[in-house]
Amino acid sequence: MAKFADHNETFSLAGLQQGTFSSVEWVTDLLQRIERSDKTINAYISTDGEWALEQAKAADQRRASGEAGPLCGAPIGVKDVLNVQGQPCHCASRILEGYTSPYDATAVSRLRDQGAVLLGRLNMDEFAMGSTNENSAFGAVRNPWNPDFVPGGSSGGSAAAVAAGSAWAALGTDTGGSIRQPASFCGRVGLKPSYGRVSRFGLTAFASSLDQIGPITQTVSDAATLLTALAGHDAKDSTSLKQAVPDYSSALKGDLRGMRLGLPKQYFIEGMDQEVEAAVRQATEQCRELGAELVEVSLPHTEYAIATYYIIATAEASANLARFDGVRYGAREAGSDPLDQYGKTRAAFFGPEVKRRIILGTYVLSSGYHDAYYLRAQQVRTLIRRDFEDAFKQCDALLTPVAPTTAYRIGERTADPIQMYLGDIFTVTANLAGICGLSVPCGFSSADLPIGLQILGPAFGEETILRVGHAYEQSTDWHVRRPPLWAGTAS
Amino acid sequence: MSDAFKVSIGLETHVQLDTRSKIWCGCANVFGSEPNTDVCPVCLGYPGTMPVLNREAVRLTVMAGLMLGCEINRYSKFDRKSYFYPDMPKNYQISQYDLPLCLGGGVEIMVDGQPKNIRLNRIHLEEDVAKNNHFEGFSGVDFNRAGTPLMEIVSEPDLSSAEEAFAYLQALKQMLVYGGISECNLEQGNMRCDINCSVRPAAQEQLGTKTEIKNMNTFKGVLRSLTYEIKRQIDVVSSGGRVVQETRRWDDEAGVTRSMRSKEDAHDYRYFPEPDLMPVVLSEQEIEGWRASLPEMPTTRRQRFVDEYGLPDYDAGVLVADKAVADFFEAVARDAGNPKAASNWMMTEMLRVLSADDLEIADIKVTPAALAVLIRLVDEKAINNTGAKEVFAELVANGGDPKAIVEAKGLAQVSDTGALNTWVEEAIAAHPNVVDDYRGGKRAALQFLMGQVMRASQGKANPPMVLQALRDKLDS
Ligand SMILES: [Zn+2]
Repeated sequence: MAKFADHNETFSLAGLQQGTFSSVEWVTDLLQRIERSDKTINAYISTDGEWALEQAKAADQRRASGEAGPLCGAPIGVKDVLNVQGQPCHCASRILEGYTSPYDATAVSRLRDQGAVLLGRLNMDEFAMGSTNENSAFGAVRNPWNPDFVPGGSSGGSAAAVAAGSAWAALGTDTGGSIRQPASFCGRVGLKPSYGRVSRFGLTAFASSLDQIGPITQTVSDAATLLTALAGHDAKDSTSLKQAVPDYSSALKGDLRGMRLGLPKQYFIEGMDQEVEAAVRQATEQCRELGAELVEVSLPHTEYAIATYYIIATAEASANLARFDGVRYGAREAGSDPLDQYGKTRAAFFGPEVKRRIILGTYVLSSGYHDAYYLRAQQVRTLIRRDFEDAFKQCDALLTPVAPTTAYRIGERTADPIQMYLGDIFTVTANLAGICGLSVPCGFSSADLPIGLQILGPAFGEETILRVGHAYEQSTDWHVRRPPLWAGTAS
Repeated sequence: MSDAFKVSIGLETHVQLDTRSKIWCGCANVFGSEPNTDVCPVCLGYPGTMPVLNREAVRLTVMAGLMLGCEINRYSKFDRKSYFYPDMPKNYQISQYDLPLCLGGGVEIMVDGQPKNIRLNRIHLEEDVAKNNHFEGFSGVDFNRAGTPLMEIVSEPDLSSAEEAFAYLQALKQMLVYGGISECNLEQGNMRCDINCSVRPAAQEQLGTKTEIKNMNTFKGVLRSLTYEIKRQIDVVSSGGRVVQETRRWDDEAGVTRSMRSKEDAHDYRYFPEPDLMPVVLSEQEIEGWRASLPEMPTTRRQRFVDEYGLPDYDAGVLVADKAVADFFEAVARDAGNPKAASNWMMTEMLRVLSADDLEIADIKVTPAALAVLIRLVDEKAINNTGAKEVFAELVANGGDPKAIVEAKGLAQVSDTGALNTWVEEAIAAHPNVVDDYRGGKRAALQFLMGQVMRASQGKANPPMVLQALRDKLDS
C-alpha cells in the first residue's frame, strides 16, 4: 500500500485524524506486517483479522459521522492476560487452553467504547511471571532490535509489537516492572499508572496488590492519550479510586523549569552496566538543561525491595492461581478424585516458573513461616512506601535507570532465576509503593540495544511524569529511531 | 450424663443472610433455581473477575451483632482462606480472619427455668460455597449457592449439654428471624453449624481435648449427635483412654459420629488480607442509625404484650416465640379492638390448627382481618361462641369473609325475645320435673333447660338472653 511506504512517518493517530488513511487501510497493512514480523519476533499469540477489520470499518463509519474521539480506529494489541469477550485469554499458559472470555476487561471496554481496534493477543511470560518473555507456552518473544536478545518481560509481546511497528500501541500489565522494563529493552515508552488509577477488572491477576494495566507506546504523547481513556473509577474494581481523571495530553506542556528532579543514590549502584549508567546520567543532565533542578535523594530500604516483592507477589499469586483446576474452564487432566485431578492438571499445564512461584508463595504463607516472611514483607513494604513519601517531599519526580542492564541474550538468564529476579531491582519499588512510573528511551548500548530512563512520580502524579517524559523525549531523537525489524521490513 | 464429668460445647453457626443479591456480584440470592442458573463470571471464579462487597450483607451482620450485644469493629477487613475443594470456585474463600465485623456479645437461654448467658466470641462475614451433588457414577457442582452472604457466629464453649446447644440454636434462630437477618429456613440450608465438644473430669479446670462435628443442618441432629458424642467421650475417658482431637461426621441413620480426619491432616488455610477489597470502615453515625432501626426483640415484646394487652406472662411467651404468630396476633388485636379475645383465639384455636396440621402461620387461609371481624361479630352478639367456632373452622378450611359465612350457614344469633320466649316456654312445659328440681334449689337444672333451648334454636339463641328469660319465668 503506497500510503504506508514510508511507514515511519505515518505511524501516528494524526494520519487517521487528518484522513491520510482510514482505519481499515491501516489495519489491513498492520495485519500483513504482523504476519511478516512475527516470523521472527513472535509478538502475537493470535490475531483475529476478520474481527479487527470489522472494528476498523465501524470506526471509519463513526469517524465519518463526526463523533470520533482521538482513539477511534487506533489499532491496538492487548496482552494475553486481559479478558476480551469472545476471545481466548491464555495468559500464555497451556492451562487456559480452550478458554473463551465471557466478558470484557474494563480497560478493554473503555478502549472499545472509544472506537479503538483490537488487533490480537500479545505474547507474554506465563501469567505475567518473568522478565524475559521466555516463559511462554507459545514460545519466546524476540527483541526487534536484535532477535538474539529478549524483549524483556512480562509484557514482552506488547513491547516488541510496538517497537516493530506491528501495533500502534499495546496494553501491558506491570506487577514489578512488566511494562517499563520491556519498553526499555525495546526502546519504547511504557507507563505504569499508580495503583488504583486504572481498573484491574478483567486482568487475570498475578499479584492483586501490585498489578496495574498500562500502555506501551511509540511516544509519551500516545501514552497520555491512552491513559486518559483508561483511567478512572470502576464500580467493578473496589481498589480503583474515585479520583478525577485529567486530560493527560494537556499536561504535556513546556520545559522543566521550576521542577526538582531527584536522583536516588541507591539506583546508581556498583556493578550496573556502565553504558546504562552513562546513558541515564546523560539523560538527567539533559533534564537539567531543560530547566530542572537535580537533587540527590535517598530511598534507604531499596536493598530489601526484591525480597519483599517476591514474597508478597508470590503469596498473592499462590491464591490467585488456585482457581486454575480444570473444573470450570481450561485444560483438564483426569484424576482418581477431585484433588488428584487438580494435582495432575496443574502439574501438566503450568510452566516451571509459575510452579516455582506458586510453591514459594504457598511456603511464605504457611503456618509457622507466615509471620517471618509474609508479615515481615508487609512491614518492609510500608517502609519502602515511606521512603518514597519522604523523597517526594524533596522533589517532583525521580530519575533512575529502568534496569541495571540492556536486554539479555536469549537463554542467558533462564538457568538462574535469582539473577533474573535481581534485574527487577529498579522497578519493583514503584509497585510496592503504589506510585506511578514511566519508561522512556534514552540511548543505545554499543551493541545497539536500547536503554531506558525511568521517571517515577508520586501516587496519582501521572501528569508530572508524563510532562517530564515528554519534555525529555522531545529534546532527543531516541524515540524516532526504528529497529532493523521495523514492521517486518528486514531479516 | 454423669455428674463426674463436665461438658463444654461451642458452636460455629453459619447463617445465610436474607439479601436480594449475592455478596460479591449481582446474581440473585434465592433458593431452588435450576442448577447453575444464578451464576456469573464473578461467582464462578473466572479469570480476572473481582469481588464487590454487598453493603446490605454488612448491614445485616452488624444488625445481628447489635441484637446480640456485640462490639462492632469500626475497621474490619476480609481475608483469603485457601483450600482446594470442588465447592470453592476460586479455591480460596473470602472470609474475615483477625478483624471480624463483630466481637463478643451473647445469647441468653433458659436452663431449668433460669437464664444462662452463652458468650459469643465473634461474628464474621464470608461467602458461602457451592453445593456438590453426587449421582450414580458422577458428581456435579451447583454454583447457585456460591457467593451467598454467610455470617458465622462463633460461641465460646459455654454450653454444657446437648439440650443447651439445642436451646441456644432455637434462641439464635428466634432473634435472627425477628431481626429480618435471615429466614433461618433449615430445609433450605439457611442455618448450619459445626460443633466443638469436649468432656473433662468435674474437678479438672482445663478443658478436655475437643472433637469437631462438621456441617450439621438440623437442630434435632445437633441434639442427637451431641448426646451420642458426649457419651462416647465420657466412655473413652472413663475407660482410661484419651479423646483424639479430630473432625467427626454425624451419621444420622446409624445415629453415631464417625472419624473424618485427624488434627495431623488439618488444613493450613494460609490466611492473608484480601487485596481485591478495601477494608470496611463503619462510621459512628451509620452504626447508630442501624441501632435505632433494630426491631423489637422477643423478650421486650413479651413484656410489652403483658403490659399493653394485659396478657398472662405465659401466653405472651407462647405468642412471641414465633415472630409471625406474634405479628398475626398484634394485627388481630388491633383490628378487633379486643386483645384478650385475640389472644384466646390464638392460644386455643389457632395454635391447635397449626400444630395439628404442622403448618406455619403464613400457610394458613385465615387472615388477621378475618379473625378480627369474627371477634367483632361475637362482641356485637351477632353470633354466639358455638357459631363462631364453626365460622373459624370454615375460615381454616376455605378462607373467606366471616360475615358471608355467617350468612351462608344461617349462624346469625337469635336475640328476638318473641322467638326466645316461645322456646323457653316449650322447654319449661316439656320438663316439669326439672323445673321442680330447680325450684327445690338444684341450680344445675337450669343448665339442662338452657341446653334444651339452645337445641331447639339450633344453637342460634343468644345464651345470656336465654338465661335471663329462663330466670324471669322460673323465679317469678
Ligand atoms: Zn454471580
